Order: sequence, then structure tokens, then C-alpha cells
Amino acid sequence: MSDSTTLSAPRVVAKRKRRAGQRRALLYAALLALGLVAPFLAYPVFLMKILCFALFACAFNLLLGYAGLLSFGHAAFLATGGYVTGYLLASYPGLTPELGILAGTLCATLLGALFGVLSIRRQGIYFAMVTLALAQLMFFFFIQAPFTGGEDGLHGVPRGELFGIISLRNHLSMYYVVFAIFVLGFALIQRTVHSPFGQVLKAIRENEPRAISLGYNVDAYKLVAFVLSAALAGLAGSTKTIVFQLASLTDAHWHMSGEVILMTLLGGVGTLLGPIAGAGLVVSLQHLLAQSPMGNWVSVILGAIFVVCVLSFRSGIVGELTALYRKNFK
Amino acid sequence: MSVDASASPPVLETRNLTKTFRGFTAVDGVDLQVQEGHIHALIGPNGAGKTTVFNLLTKFLPPTRGEILYRGKPITPLKANQIARLGLVRSFQISAVFAHMSALENVRVALQRPLGTSFHFWKSERTLSPLNARALELLEEVGLAEYADTLTVEMPYGRKRALELATTLALDPDVMLLDEPTQGMGAEDVDRIVALIKRVAKGRTVLMVEHNLSVVSRLCDRITVLARGAVLAEGDYKSVSQDPRVREAYMGSEIGDDEAPSERASA
Repeated sequence: MSDSTTLSAPRVVAKRKRRAGQRRALLYAALLALGLVAPFLAYPVFLMKILCFALFACAFNLLLGYAGLLSFGHAAFLATGGYVTGYLLASYPGLTPELGILAGTLCATLLGALFGVLSIRRQGIYFAMVTLALAQLMFFFFIQAPFTGGEDGLHGVPRGELFGIISLRNHLSMYYVVFAIFVLGFALIQRTVHSPFGQVLKAIRENEPRAISLGYNVDAYKLVAFVLSAALAGLAGSTKTIVFQLASLTDAHWHMSGEVILMTLLGGVGTLLGPIAGAGLVVSLQHLLAQSPMGNWVSVILGAIFVVCVLSFRSGIVGELTALYRKNFK
Repeated sequence: MSVDASASPPVLETRNLTKTFRGFTAVDGVDLQVQEGHIHALIGPNGAGKTTVFNLLTKFLPPTRGEILYRGKPITPLKANQIARLGLVRSFQISAVFAHMSALENVRVALQRPLGTSFHFWKSERTLSPLNARALELLEEVGLAEYADTLTVEMPYGRKRALELATTLALDPDVMLLDEPTQGMGAEDVDRIVALIKRVAKGRTVLMVEHNLSVVSRLCDRITVLARGAVLAEGDYKSVSQDPRVREAYMGSEIGDDEAPSERASA
């Protein structure tokens, strides 16, 4: 307990932290650069699909990875964003895409608040079941509602002109808009995780009774996390609708809720970059397999990969890579 | 002792506190009075309802009947987190730490609520840095300064319990409710925690559930013995340990016999 140990230890740690921060900044800069040149290396529509699902998975991961809440109904928010944006842009030609996205996101946020209030007091599997049930309700609502096109879905949603100036009909300009939305969404998640709110959220995930005994109203914190996650899932859905110019029941189906769990777990739950890797992997596999003679086996192959992943490397791609890096380079 | 007990009103009081689980009465009409500045122990054989009383006092369980008063005011309808805000802060039987946060973050998360920014998801966590000094101070107080940046999951068990105490102290509680603070500890750790509790209890009131009777005899001003959910005896260590009913409750053995291993260990 000499002065030297108590003083120097934090200093060393601070130095190490600063280095880690620099490395992370470097990694993010590299990824940003990659994102900027990517449309010249690969098909932009394919990349936009990955980005939309990556944002969706990141939103889901905010809830599962950082609040410890497993929602089995996130498709509802993706679909709500998509349908609202699609309907508004198709019905009101004067509306610009950014307003359409805003409206879709807002509706998903409100739905998130409603779902959250109804489900947040339940724990574990009960929470998952309540969110699944509510999402199924929304699925049947979308089948019946007059504005969704029922089984056919909404087609021919115009991409329009961003701010009324920049035409998005060009895939390249559309890509950069999607990329900007993704970066903003990711930045918000990254900030949320590393905020005073994120600290409390982490504490709740680690030990809820203890967080209560420290005076925190844990339900309120979980609700805020849930609404944030729903909003970002809605943002992903709205953006996706503009990219593909359609909104369909696929997005509302419980398969979609399952798929986002798959992406997040494959990539690494509770890691910031994991869901992006997971979404990239799942979307790429679907894309590749759909073109191959194995097309009908997509679900089987994905399922097998999932099983192997959960059994042998639980922390997912990014989680395992991080552990490997820590072991070998520290 | 009984004289000054009746003179000053109790800090924490229960009246006819009762909890039944589907017909099974776990806590049966407990009247408990904890005096200002005391270290008060709740002891009793396994299944006596000690931890249930704790959960009732801190509202982790709703009582079936009865009343809880804090400084004369009824607090029975409050929620668990509101109880904590009043200044009654509990610890847990199994060490309750935030495993994947550093020791410093564990304490800081307890300090940050009064800042009023705990819902601010758009602010950087660097806005919490001004609390680091106080958090480090608290860690030093329990001898954990060197662990400040260690992930809690990597700390030895005894140190986790000390960290839990530091986190509790961060709230500057009026009443500390400690649920078996020395449970599962080696002799050295027990001595350290006893010394620590003695130190931090100054100016506060402590109610603790404790199995290790040597700890109770060294620390506590007053002891309540529970058996089968009801108060069996109350008094200081000497009078309680000589009470034949208490001996009976501990299966007819000398009091402390079943605690022999930990007694020996801490001797």
C-alpha cells in the first residue's frame, strides 16, 4: 500500500486505456474508409441490404447485449418503419424520403414504447414470449390493414429526391445515404453504450437486484433501452423500404425476429461490431446460396452454422476474434 | 441498554411483520426495533426467516401483513428502489457485484445517480470522470485501491465482498442492511471484514444477518434470535447466548456448536 503503487497503477492503466482508445479509433477509421469505397468494389444494392440488416442487428444487440433483454418481436418494429415509410412515400408524391424515414422511425418508436410498457416487467423467457405475441398481433394487423397491400405488400415505393434536391434513383447516391444513416445509427448506439445511461444499463444486466438496491428504478431504464432499440430497428426498416422500393410481410414475420437473433449471436452479442459481422455473414450466405443449386437449403445451412457456432464459439465471430487478439497481443 | 433503547425512538421498526407463501408462514408477526447507531444482528437456525425479513424490510418482497417504519414514518407501501433512496441500503447473501465492470465502475455506478444524468444516453461516460476521485477514495477505504481497474469477475471472493461494501458506502446510507457479510470467507478475510464493518458503522445503523457467532459477539450491540419465523429472544450477546430457549432452537446444542469450523477459523 505504498504511495507508488496507488499512484502508478492508475497511471499505467490510463496509458493502456489511451492506447486501446487509439487503436479503436484507427479501426473505426479503417471501417469508415472501407464503407466509403465499398460500392466501387461490390454491388451497391447488396451492400445496402447488408447495411440495413446490420443496423437492425445493432439495434437488437443494444437490447440483448447491453440490457440483457431477449426480444422475440423485433420484426414488428422493422416492419412498422417499412410500412409507414412505404405508404407515405407512395401516397404523397411530394414527400421527400428523409421525411418518410423520419415518420416511419417515429411510428416504430411509439410502438416500441407501447410494447415496452406492456412487456418490460416480465423477465427472461416471459419477456420473450410477450414480445413475440405482440409482434404476431402486428403481423395479423399488417395482413388486414388496408394500407399495407396485405399478402402482396407495397410495391413501387418511389425513392424520390433527398431534401428535394438529390435524386436517389442512382444506386451510388442511395448507397451513401444508407451508409450515412447506418453510421449515425451506429454512433448513437456506441454513445449510448458508453454513456452514464449505458453504465446503469450494464449494471442492471450484470445484477438487477443490486441495481435496485442502489436506488435505480430498473424498469424505467429498461424501457428507455427498449424504445431506443425499437426506434433504430424502425429506422432500419424505413431505410430498407426506400432502398428496395417495397415493404412486405416478410419483414413482419416472426422469422425475421429469429433472423436478427441469429445475426447477433453469430457476430457476437454484446460486442459493438459483432452484429455487423453477423448481418454481413447471414445476408451474404443467403445471397450466395439463393443463386446456387442449394437454394432450398438456405435455412438448413444457416441453422447448422448457428448450432455449430453456439456449441463451439459462444461469443460469436467478433467475440472470439477479440479474445484471440487479447491472448496473443497483450 | 434497555433503558436507552426505550428512550430514543428506533431508526427501523417492524410491527407484526408477517409473510406467508401459499399457506407456509415464513415470517410470523415479527416486532423488531433497531436503535440508532447500533449494530444489530439477526441470527437463528437455517430456515428461521432471517433473509425473508431482510427482503421484506427492503421491499424485495411485499409483506402479507404488518408495518415497517423508518424513523417513525411508515414505509410499507414504497418500492425497493425508493427504500434505497431513503438511505436504507442492503447487501446480498451472494456477493452482489457487477462482474463485467471494473471495481471503480462498480462504485461509480452507485455514486452517479445524484448527478441526475443517469438517463442521458447521449452524453459521454467521460462526464462521470469527476466521480472517479470519490470512487477511488471509497475503494481505498476498503483496501481495494490497487484493484480499481480490475474487472470484478477477476477479483478474489473476499475482495468482492469488500467491494460490495464500498458500493453500499457510496450511497452514504443511514442504515446498512448486510446479509451474511462474512459468508463463505476464509479466516483472514473474515477478520478484515469485521474490522471494516466496525469502522464504517460509525455514525450509521447496521442490521446484519450473520451465521458466524464469533463475528456477532465481536461486532453487535444487540441480537434478535429468530426461529420458525418468530422472534425467540432479544438482548445483548451474553444474555442471548445463555437463554435456554435459544440453545434449544439450535437443536439442543451449545450455541455456536454448529458454527465450530468458522469459529476455529477466525480464532
